[in-house]
Amino acid sequence: MPTLKVNGEEVEFEKGMTVLQVCESAGVEIPRFCYHERLSIAGNCRMCLVEVKPGPPKPAASCALPAGDGMEVLTNSEMVTKARNGVMEFLLINHPLDCPICDQGGECDLQDQAMAYGYDGSRFEENKRAVEDKYMGPLINTIMTRCIHCTRCVRFSTEIAGVEDMGLLNRGESAEISSLEQAVASELSANVIDLCPVGALTSKPYQFNARPWELKKTESIDVMDAVGSNIRVDARGNEVLRVLPRLNEDVNEEWISDKTRYACDGLRKRRLDKVFVRGADGKLAPSDWNTAFKTIADKIASLEPSEIGAIAGDQCDVESMFALKDLMGRLGVTSLDCRQDGAKLDPSVRSSYLFNTSIAGIEQADAILIVGANPRWEAPLINARIRKAWLNSPVRIGVTGEKLDLTYSYDYLGAGPETLKAVADGSHSFAETLKKAERPMIILGPGAVSRSDGAAVLAAGRAIAEATGMIADGWNGFNVLNTAASRVGGLDIGFTPGEGGLDAAGILDGAASGAVKLVYLLAADEIDAAKLKDAFVIYQGHHGDAGAHAADVILPGAAYTEKPGIYVNTEGRVQMARRAAFPPGDGREDWTILRALSDTVGQTLPYDNLGELRRAVHTACPHMTEIDAAPTAEWAPFAGDASLSDLSDAPFASTIENFYQTDPISRASETMAACTEEILSRAQAGRDAAHG
Amino acid sequence: MSEVFEFTGDFLKEAERNIAKYPADRKQSAVLALLFLAQEQNHEDGHYVTQAAMRTISEMLEMPYIRVMEVATFFTMVNLKPVGKFHVQLCGTTPCMLRGAEALMDAVKEKFGIGHGETTEDKLFTLTEVECLGACSNAPMVQINDDYFEDLTPETLISVMETLKGGGDPTIGSQMGRASSEPFGGPMTLTTGPGAQTADAPNAPKETPVYIGPGE
Repeated sequence: MPTLKVNGEEVEFEKGMTVLQVCESAGVEIPRFCYHERLSIAGNCRMCLVEVKPGPPKPAASCALPAGDGMEVLTNSEMVTKARNGVMEFLLINHPLDCPICDQGGECDLQDQAMAYGYDGSRFEENKRAVEDKYMGPLINTIMTRCIHCTRCVRFSTEIAGVEDMGLLNRGESAEISSLEQAVASELSANVIDLCPVGALTSKPYQFNARPWELKKTESIDVMDAVGSNIRVDARGNEVLRVLPRLNEDVNEEWISDKTRYACDGLRKRRLDKVFVRGADGKLAPSDWNTAFKTIADKIASLEPSEIGAIAGDQCDVESMFALKDLMGRLGVTSLDCRQDGAKLDPSVRSSYLFNTSIAGIEQADAILIVGANPRWEAPLINARIRKAWLNSPVRIGVTGEKLDLTYSYDYLGAGPETLKAVADGSHSFAETLKKAERPMIILGPGAVSRSDGAAVLAAGRAIAEATGMIADGWNGFNVLNTAASRVGGLDIGFTPGEGGLDAAGILDGAASGAVKLVYLLAADEIDAAKLKDAFVIYQGHHGDAGAHAADVILPGAAYTEKPGIYVNTEGRVQMARRAAFPPGDGREDWTILRALSDTVGQTLPYDNLGELRRAVHTACPHMTEIDAAPTAEWAPFAGDASLSDLSDAPFASTIENFYQTDPISRASETMAACTEEILSRAQAGRDAAHG
Repeated sequence: MSEVFEFTGDFLKEAERNIAKYPADRKQSAVLALLFLAQEQNHEDGHYVTQAAMRTISEMLEMPYIRVMEVATFFTMVNLKPVGKFHVQLCGTTPCMLRGAEALMDAVKEKFGIGHGETTEDKLFTLTEVECLGACSNAPMVQINDDYFEDLTPETLISVMETLKGGGDPTIGSQMGRASSEPFGGPMTLTTGPGAQTADAPNAPKETPVYIGPGE
């Protein structure tokens, strides 16, 4: 291995590393603004200057300098100190120094580095330049005078997000960042706020809300999709003010989607904060827990177990689903389902409903078949990984389903199942591509598996996987892309119809026909509530959405930031969320509501605290103890009785109509409504103009 | 923004020739040439690149519009606003500044009422202060459309512009009668012609210089 000396100490490095990276590996801090390890190297801020020998007697930008064997690098010499001082002075020449009124204050790279590496004053006595603020949509607030032109935002949107909407216009003193006065049309656009090393791009919804040191930071897990992005929830008092990404190389790297970041203002709107019971007059009236529990217990006592059904929503934690399943089991109820969208996933074989390749594994794939999915909306971070793979390796991507702009190029194979059939029986040319590939993978989206012929789609997927060598030692290329954060957890604990039980559609139809008389909705809102008119509906959840409108008893629960909980992401990765705030009003953690209710119905659940409940979960599902472990599900036959001939001819269609509003929280969010208005309507107008 | 731009005639041919210079997947290399052509094609009508032209170029070269914008705004030779019939580009970089570029600026302002970036009401002249045009030894100077006018004084610049306004044809190059950048009043060095070099002359080579270069 080649070596070089950093401040006199010998350091080994790998060929291809830059001097900056070698210094980092040696534990020497190099200040920087434009350099970012996930973006291309720009080398335009000049903050990372170091002294290098041999070479010309002047400082060199370490971020763009390839490390060479035998180099001597100095990061603390007089030359370097002077160079950093000088660069910092130049950077601050046109920077307004309005830190007291800047949202970035307290978490600003420029502020910190000016303290550490700058002069204590400025010698600049001319006029500073002022730049007009730009409009960048409802999420990004701009104060462009603060911009130091590092171009991280331009490189992010071009390279990671894959939308070329941002650019650096003009040059020299007139240089300005611009998105041409429109919102950046990406689901990841707001990550530029985290990337911006100064206060030029800040969060619009969070504008002038709080200082970073006032906030209580809680590390948690996102539930807006099934990726399970690692997030940090920042709250002041009991109010969640913002959500930021947390680094997890295996899941979300350091990005989160705009919905994850900004739906949190929905946590303050349309909340269920009281117990409601529908009175004799047919109107919901505020009540108390005991009355509500008594009403429910009386109703349950008057019914047969077969007349009762329970549906779990898309954002439930494993504990509350487990408690509800336990309670229903004790009552003899078998009609349970956690698949509101009717996905035909087979709960008996774990690898049949997981994203087995793992998100990080996508980068190793050399052929990908996407079936009935719009990963850009259903899992923006998985889409970003596919794009990363596409940028860095010669991966062939084929798409069956809707023809969409996925930010990478692909072979469009066809709209419907006939293409899938052709690939499965090997008559399609893409089957050959998959066969030749060393690490092929298939991604079945919700648009494919939640159809009535979903089981046949799964069978076709399995046939393709087995025929093209997707199942090999150390590689499993069969993937189901779930969109509900609770889905895999629910299937893991078996929140599915038992012996003779009905599934979600069956429960709803039963309620419409009168066969099912009581429906317990655990934060389930993505259902046709009109079918529930005649049934007695208990809604336990946090938002006044579709489910609550149909309810006869409302039990106010907790949203994902308000309870500790286990979530299993689409990969099958078990992750722990923590409580950042308390539910408003009478809202309670969901499992405690079920525990209290179980007392009244006479089927007391045997756990009095979260620890005991988790032990029960662990006993039932031992893999729930493996927090943050990479998925390793055994391959086994599934979807046995479905055959390819069951496939219908209807083309695959995406299940998401509006990326920004997919669940009760984002539907209550004003920011998400603004995004819908601004970004989606514009895109729609653009499409209309193109067609008309 | 409803207007549409298309290259026509020779401009189209020239655009295609430029695109053909580069590999098919590196088409965008032709962006600067196409911007210039679009500007030239628009010569009669403000001599500038319209947004529609940039859209057309971005489509022709299969590159995002913002990337075309970046190039167009980077180069001052690409006009993004209409300019007058005569585009007076006045060099303001150090040598010209030291030799009186600012006085030229003031004279134009006084005579024609236009400052940097402004156009006269009759759409005849646009004044732009630009960076070095590479004629420093003949400072101060301006470029009007494709021609250089050098060794200017406020009076000579105004007279050049008046001539243009009157439809005349002013002398291009030095306004002081120099052919190029030779010194006034004849040569001032090397006046005696080559003489015999002696070994004790201060710059005389000590030994035969060794030829370093390609080949043996």
